[in-house]
Amino acid sequence: MLSRRNPQLNTHGELIHLLSIEGLPKAVVTQILDTAGTFLSVNDRDVKKVPLLRGKSVFNLFFENSTRTRTTFEIAAKRLSADVINLDIARSSTAKGESLLDTIANLSAMQADMFVVRHSESGAPYLIAQHCAPHVHVVNAGDGRHAHPTQGLLDMYTIRHFKQDFSGLVVAVVGDIVHSRVARSDIHALSILGAAEIRAVGPKTLVPGDLREMGVRVCHDMGEGIRDADVIIMLRLQNERMSGAMLPSAGEFFKSFGLTAEKLALARPDAIVMHPGPINRGVEIASEVADGRASVILPQVTFGIAVRMAVMSIIAGNEA
Amino acid sequence: MNILVQGGRVVDPRSGRDEHADVAIAAGRIVAIGGVPADFAAERRIDATGCVVAPGLVDLAARLREPGLEHEGMLESELAAAAAGGVTSLVCPPDTDPALDEPGLVEMLKFRARKLSRCRLFPLGALTRGLGGEVLTEMAELTEAGCVGFSQAEHAIDNTMMLMRALQYASTYGYTVWLRPQDRWLGQGVAASGPIATRLGLTGVPVAAETIALQTILELVRVTGARVHLCRLSSAAGVAAVRAAKAEGLPVTADVSINSLHLCDVDIGYFNPDMRLVPPLRSARDRDALQAGLADGTLDALVSDHLPVRHDEKALPFAEALPGASGLELLLGLALAWGEASGAGLQRALAVVTQGPVQVLGTALGSLAASAGALVAGGVADLCVFDPDARWPVQPDALRSQGKHTPFAFAHSGTALPGRVRATLVAGTVAFEGPADSAAA
Repeated sequence: MLSRRNPQLNTHGELIHLLSIEGLPKAVVTQILDTAGTFLSVNDRDVKKVPLLRGKSVFNLFFENSTRTRTTFEIAAKRLSADVINLDIARSSTAKGESLLDTIANLSAMQADMFVVRHSESGAPYLIAQHCAPHVHVVNAGDGRHAHPTQGLLDMYTIRHFKQDFSGLVVAVVGDIVHSRVARSDIHALSILGAAEIRAVGPKTLVPGDLREMGVRVCHDMGEGIRDADVIIMLRLQNERMSGAMLPSAGEFFKSFGLTAEKLALARPDAIVMHPGPINRGVEIASEVADGRASVILPQVTFGIAVRMAVMSIIAGNEA
Repeated sequence: MNILVQGGRVVDPRSGRDEHADVAIAAGRIVAIGGVPADFAAERRIDATGCVVAPGLVDLAARLREPGLEHEGMLESELAAAAAGGVTSLVCPPDTDPALDEPGLVEMLKFRARKLSRCRLFPLGALTRGLGGEVLTEMAELTEAGCVGFSQAEHAIDNTMMLMRALQYASTYGYTVWLRPQDRWLGQGVAASGPIATRLGLTGVPVAAETIALQTILELVRVTGARVHLCRLSSAAGVAAVRAAKAEGLPVTADVSINSLHLCDVDIGYFNPDMRLVPPLRSARDRDALQAGLADGTLDALVSDHLPVRHDEKALPFAEALPGASGLELLLGLALAWGEASGAGLQRALAVVTQGPVQVLGTALGSLAASAGALVAGGVADLCVFDPDARWPVQPDALRSQGKHTPFAFAHSGTALPGRVRATLVAGTVAFEGPADSAAA
């Protein structure tokens, strides 16, 4: 049925929106990563600009607060020579009672070419993609617990940069998986790229058994989870979840599932440690690991800009 | 008016009748089924050639959003939708705005429906004042005003002492309490717990939300002897619990919605808000168990679970969309489709939307109980005449309901529904007449 077609691909299978990594052809994922590689050099130049999106208007629609992700999207769009308009919607129109789709209709009328959307509800970017004008492209910058595809792609870029090939890799994703859109995007991307084993590690309140159906090995023991891993992706534990029905305390979580140098020794000697940021030192990750030799947390940030440039330039070049 | 329904195939699940016969109607009652007296002077003839003449449908769960949305003319449009769907009686839950907890509200609603004379309307009264779960309503007064039972709608009582008292009080008078089994705490998610909800990042409602509430209710039925109707089961484990309760002889009945009978969580697709329903769509295994339960009589009735949802209430991210869908006009087609696909057959498919629901209502229907949901000479002339071979694609914008949202839209499902209603009679009055041709097919 029409409505069941993957809404982020056009009839030629080309990417017109980036809503989720799930269901993307491997060739599209690889194309994004390869394109990001060519943009990395742009970021090292004195004049850090290419004219690919000149004259285009990119609207950053952040229905949920975020400084970091919004900034990296803004930098990426500007380096592509786009005009960037930042709208902090959490504090404007919806506060006045305007509906999501009315906001979108109004912004479309301002000749927007691309919406970069963050929303607290899973699936919101799908609704926007369905209802905006056909020439408008939508990039999901994080929706609820569902997806954060550019983070997933920059994580893949980072892994490929340090490990080259996915086929033999054991990747452990550790922490609050149930609430994490990053974890879901990473899991889909790793499956598409053919990682040998994907592990989801954490207590049962944060790592549901249903994840097995996404092709994941579920581990409720940190030792089992990171033993012989090539890549360890630590997730941020949100403050509001540190004590309550999900966990008794941040301290107990750190003791069982925090990444210390001692636990890291269980992984492969050349393992890399990643984190989508911002990190909670002493909650999910020890400072000595975050700042240590295995950590690639800062390269992730650098690659993030190139990956977002790649995504925006590719979808802007494809028609609905 | 004297009406003669001619040349149709009369199918009546209660008597098991299935034969070609004319039906003669006078003064709101059926005077003859076959063997129409030669001197019967029909003022109106309805050609039912090629059609099934069945009892009018009885829908145990249809929300009309009145009181609440009177200014949008909801009652008019939704009762017209009922008539177009062959529904001649419907039961509406008390979660209106305000809740149906005062006799005056119930009388006003019944009065307004009667004036429209499209469909019989049987309200459920609120079990507790304002559905707040703290103070009992005046159930005897509400019954006098026209309530056929008492319900908490979606507002589960988590105070078990209060629930027990409510069941005791209702059973004092022999009133049936209608409860949708869902634990208040475990029931807070927006999709069924499972791999789909996990993958989409939607909060889940585990099966335990239904089974825990069911066990609590069933235990209190044992204690109080109250008669309880369990609304809109959603899980295989729920069906099993009801089957066991019936085998034990507990005075319980149960229903399932057209949505849970035909759909499962996979149908959510890419966050389709039309699939945002309560109870949430569960796994294909649960759906299959619900179908089996409806076939073997564990579940007594199939309900439309109709709720007209405005576009602005649905065009929202999945979790924020108002749960519910229009269903009155689809009830017959989806009952027939289930009868065909499951092998349950035409008689059973019609039974779950006619005789079954009437048995659930029982004595609350008063004198109507003897003939509603059935075709009986001397009984009320509530009829549904439909063409079983006409298949029609569901086009939401063509629905008479003001709610244009249904998970069965042709654009999504790609399948057409069997059974096109040609005429609906309520108390011997034509409440709906469809096109005689099969243009819709």
